[in-house]
Amino acid sequence: MGFLQSGLDSLPVLAAMMQFKPPAASSVANSVDQLYLMLTGITIFFSVLIFSIIFYFMLKYRRKTPGESGTATHTPMILELTWTIIPSLICVVLFVWSSSLYVRNGRPPAASTEIFVIGKQWMWHLQHPEGPREINELHVPVGVPVKLTMTSQDVIHDFYIPAFRVKKDVLPGRYSQIWFEPTETGTFHLFCAQYCGTNHSEMIGWVYVMSPTDYTTWLAGGEKTESMAEQGERLFSQFGCGSCHSADATGRAPSLAGIYGKPEKTQNGETRIVDETLIRQAILVPNSVHLPNYQPIMPTYQGQIDEEQMSQLIAYVKSLGSEERMNGK
Amino acid sequence: MSTAIAEIHETPAESGVNYLNVTYGIKSWLLTLDHKRIGLLYLGSITLMFFVGGMAAVLMRLHLVEPQGALFEPETYNKMFSTHGIIMVFFFLVPSIPATLGNFLIPLMIGARDVAFPKLNLMSWYLYITGAAFALFATLSGGVDTGWTFYPPYSSTYSQTHVVVVALGVFIAGFSSILTGLNFIVTIHKMRAPGMTWFRLPLFIWAMYATSLIFVLGTPVIAITLFLLGMERILHVGIFDPAVGGDPLLFQHLFWFYSHPAVYIMILPGMGVISELITAFSRKKIFGYAFVAFSSLSIAIISFIVWGHHMFVTGQSVYAGLVFSVLSFLVAIPSAVKVFNWTATLYKGSISYEAPMLYALGFIGLFTIGGLTGLFLAALATDVHLNGTYFIVAHFHYVMVGGAVMAYMGGLHFWWPKITGRLYPDLWARIAAAIIFIGFNLTFFPQFMLGYMGMPRRYAIYPAEFQVLNVMSSAGASILGVGYIIPLIYFMWSMRYGPPAGPNPWGAKGLEWTTQSPPLTENFETIPIVTEDAYNYASEAAHG
Amino acid sequence: MAELATHGAHPPGFAHQFEDIEQQRDAGRLGMWVFLVTEILFFGGMFTSYTIYRALHLAAFIQGSHQLEVKFGATNTAVLIFSSLTMALAIRAAQTGRKKGQIIFWLLLTMLLGALFVGLKLRFEWYRDYVDGIIPGVHWFYNGPQAPGVKMFMCFYFFMTGLHAIHMVVGLGILTVLVIMTARNRFSAEYYSPLEISGLYWHFVDIVWIFLFPLLYLIGGRY
Repeated sequence: MGFLQSGLDSLPVLAAMMQFKPPAASSVANSVDQLYLMLTGITIFFSVLIFSIIFYFMLKYRRKTPGESGTATHTPMILELTWTIIPSLICVVLFVWSSSLYVRNGRPPAASTEIFVIGKQWMWHLQHPEGPREINELHVPVGVPVKLTMTSQDVIHDFYIPAFRVKKDVLPGRYSQIWFEPTETGTFHLFCAQYCGTNHSEMIGWVYVMSPTDYTTWLAGGEKTESMAEQGERLFSQFGCGSCHSADATGRAPSLAGIYGKPEKTQNGETRIVDETLIRQAILVPNSVHLPNYQPIMPTYQGQIDEEQMSQLIAYVKSLGSEERMNGK
Repeated sequence: MSTAIAEIHETPAESGVNYLNVTYGIKSWLLTLDHKRIGLLYLGSITLMFFVGGMAAVLMRLHLVEPQGALFEPETYNKMFSTHGIIMVFFFLVPSIPATLGNFLIPLMIGARDVAFPKLNLMSWYLYITGAAFALFATLSGGVDTGWTFYPPYSSTYSQTHVVVVALGVFIAGFSSILTGLNFIVTIHKMRAPGMTWFRLPLFIWAMYATSLIFVLGTPVIAITLFLLGMERILHVGIFDPAVGGDPLLFQHLFWFYSHPAVYIMILPGMGVISELITAFSRKKIFGYAFVAFSSLSIAIISFIVWGHHMFVTGQSVYAGLVFSVLSFLVAIPSAVKVFNWTATLYKGSISYEAPMLYALGFIGLFTIGGLTGLFLAALATDVHLNGTYFIVAHFHYVMVGGAVMAYMGGLHFWWPKITGRLYPDLWARIAAAIIFIGFNLTFFPQFMLGYMGMPRRYAIYPAEFQVLNVMSSAGASILGVGYIIPLIYFMWSMRYGPPAGPNPWGAKGLEWTTQSPPLTENFETIPIVTEDAYNYASEAAHG
Repeated sequence: MAELATHGAHPPGFAHQFEDIEQQRDAGRLGMWVFLVTEILFFGGMFTSYTIYRALHLAAFIQGSHQLEVKFGATNTAVLIFSSLTMALAIRAAQTGRKKGQIIFWLLLTMLLGALFVGLKLRFEWYRDYVDGIIPGVHWFYNGPQAPGVKMFMCFYFFMTGLHAIHMVVGLGILTVLVIMTARNRFSAEYYSPLEISGLYWHFVDIVWIFLFPLLYLIGGRY
């Protein structure tokens, strides 16, 4: 009986392996698999078509006497057009299908949990907004969308969770974002998918999708830590940011309340949205962010703030209210 | 079944003089200006590089039979795959058909005595050798571990290996390509025999012309890119370093601006060879000549505007992704047109199955699969999942090995009698072709599955659930390796013991087959005057 | 159309892979144009990178440009334009069948101007940059505003003008060969292709500088 049970238990894994695909564990996985299946079908269809026609011609038109030539045939334009237009139409359909899926899959839902990721040779550091940190592991609740804001401390890495069908490069000096909503509990691979040096193949980990209650328990367990925003607030005062960036706008520096997500016009006329990358740039290379009405007097913090502290400061700025939240979106 | 021997025509010229024996000695080869000898110089050096790169591949596949790695530390494995990629891409695939078959055949096919600039042609070979020497030196003295793509910041700041030496080797070899492409463009434009209009040219020439366009337009950009990378490494200035305002993605854009068209450098000549093989072994005109000719040009042109599909997951804007995706779908269409035209050429042909034809038919099948799997990657939504996995590895090996290398093998077999004046043993050739076909599919088909299952590429160790498919792939690689060694043996054997071939053992059309085998140094005693279209086989049937 | 001419009918310098001298001349010209296209792509990669970084770091690049002295760049521009004139005159002299002494005169003058260009650059620009400590990776002591961006600008300045200067030096080598060939009576009104295609190369190198000068020296509008 136990033998039967363990056999039944392993069926989903075997089923997934037999289909030669990872478990479909996120809200977008099935739609990606469907497109993949269609592409596979088209590949098989045309391969079989070409192979069969070739085999047929090979047999039917094999040379019967030495020195014999083939019979000249003329090229009907209609045939050329047909086999140009039909593949083109198939490509149009595939393009529209995959592009709309890609655009849809690329938009994170508004109410996502935001987790910061720092990739470095050769491990992943993750920090939850509530404060807990993880290394090479990510615990998330099922059914809740999660947005990851990621940067690298050194070379280009890539954050890849096959079961969720999501992947994004993680670059130094800027933030990249992905989101996913897990639809099944379980344990899933996390890989680095951009070659990053000696131990690239060991920069792997696990994603643990838990039921909401289990997740709350996990979050509360372990050491009590400050939330990322609280840590950021502490750094804000530690580095003296408040002396210029105070809420009552002394005119030396812009107030940070509600600044996240706001479009800001820079001195040379371009408009940039205040996002993680811009905040980071303003802290490290302040004079590259030219805001009108303010003198370029902000000192640079290059070399004084590491990536983890940076993400906490950014979490703090975001907690001061975002444009979206201010407008009640 | 074998008709090749039965169709031997006349014996070689009375005096027995040909380009191989007209002068002797190492100087006559190292200082030759004869395009045919230069083609052979390339053949020798390229074959050497192929086996060096192949050795790296065999070692990699042996290592990967075990999830924890069977042979190497990760650092060594990383050097293996980098060496394999660099040597195979820059020192084998890019020059292979153009520098060997292209150099040998272009003047013969168009009715000229040589290429436009024979001295530049020789200089091209010396540049290739110099570049290859740098690359081999770097390999033997510790290798490079950046991957053939050299992405910074890893390659500019973090790698502790001989990046600059290898980059220099590739840089120098790039000039070899540029000069070869320049030579071919001028030769094809200006030195065609009287009556050889553009639309009477063999399709191999159209393919080589399109390839040469890519050589001259794309290669200079990789040269500058590697120069900038080298400068960053040597001078520690931050061109691609984000900490000082540089952008590592700029490198990727510049790199792929060449490297994507480069893959069409690898496949277009192969497609040209296939057009020649299919017509010769069906003894029939090509179906849709103009379509095949123009498809080569369109592929070359469109190839320059799709490079962003290598960067869909780098964070490029959605709009850029959409543009590159639609253009990547577009570039597939001319290739599809070719496949259909080749298949239709077989209709009402008179088909024989010597080794070159087996390679050609294998090409069509494997290129179809490889090309269609490219659509999975042009499609944005699936590329997100598949980028950086073994699916990509499988895709490009299908088109480059199942495609370009099979075409190269087919071409070598087809023109071997012309080049050497000897026949190779066709039975062994067919056995080798079959072994290669089976070994190839066993090696690379499982990798499609590994990719979708999520196994990333460039992994020295991997999770245990991927082992079965990896072992299958490694088994295939051993078979494939054997398949490539067999031709090496019988080709060398044939140079001394093969029966004389005569001018046209295959009964094929084309100006090269009107000369003796091997040809005279000056190719033709009198320059021919061309009066008929390419592949004009049917007229024989009318008389026969 | 192309007869088999007898051996003696071919002018000196005829290469036997060609059918006749017209084919050779056409091939030579097309070859040089194709080569120049590759050079455009070669410099183009550098120009593109420069343009992208300039757009991203305009203020720093303006600062960097201020480190250069427009008067030397302008002088060198005039020197090169004049050298293109002398080169064209050398070709004209050959074309109109002048005595070799006249051709050599114009070639030598072109070489002198080219050497002047390189000399001015080395002595008054690059040597001074070395003394001022603004050669990235080699001798860098800049601590003015926008240092990282200025370093990036100076990198591109040296790469681009350095690459250009190498092409100039190669051009000087080619001109030397042409002088020797002219002295050995290789050219005539019927055959002067090497002069012509070398002229194309020289004009191209000049044009590259015409682009480099405003791009590097004249941004930031203070001259």
